[in-house]
Amino acid sequence: MSKVGSLRSKGVIVDVTALDVLDSFASRTVRDLAYMIRLRGAETVIVGIQPEVAFAMVQLGITMEDVATALDLEEGLAYLDGKTQHGQRAL
Amino acid sequence: MASVPSEPESRKCVPVASDDDLVVARREGRILAEQLGFSTSEATLVATAISELARNIVSYARRGEIQVSLVHNGTKRGINIVARDEGPGILDINLAMREGYSTSGGFGIGLPGVKRIMDEFAIASDVGRGTTITITKWKR
Repeated sequence: MSKVGSLRSKGVIVDVTALDVLDSFASRTVRDLAYMIRLRGAETVIVGIQPEVAFAMVQLGITMEDVATALDLEEGLAYLDGKTQHGQRAL
Repeated sequence: MASVPSEPESRKCVPVASDDDLVVARREGRILAEQLGFSTSEATLVATAISELARNIVSYARRGEIQVSLVHNGTKRGINIVARDEGPGILDINLAMREGYSTSGGFGIGLPGVKRIMDEFAIASDVGRGTTITITKWKR
């Protein structure tokens, strides 16, 4: 969060590839993080939600409203490039 | 729902008192689910349900335990999870089971969500004495 300020970040990528489970608490934490980053003036994109994790999230009833997601790091960067005018990146 | 516990070696009990314990409980559940021949998706559903219940223990009761075991009922085989704590208990179970209701600022989908992704769901709670939630998923 403070890095968004010190680096003047326009975009943040949250990579959850390593997570084998995203329960309601973890999903809420990720969503809240994206909301807070947006209040700091940057865009967040969540990348790497595994197929079975996505399946379980939907079955459980989790929604990630207004949070951008992309398949992987590459797609996430492409998304942020489109969203941030000068393509400034920060991880 | 006469689920009979099968081989005792296929039962694991994980004490739950911190977020690190969630990872252990999830892993034990996943190991048993895979032993039973569940698909990766089904094993992830089981691990997610365990995560929700273990998270509830840590947030509301501070400590408790998760027991995972293989069970059978006739020819059906499945995985059974018991989440037990001696925490404050649930004042109004109907309310706790309602979609969108939460006292912890969560999504409020924990318990109703777990019920939806499992085949069987039972909850017993005594205010001041604790809560026990028992869930089962059968192999298709």
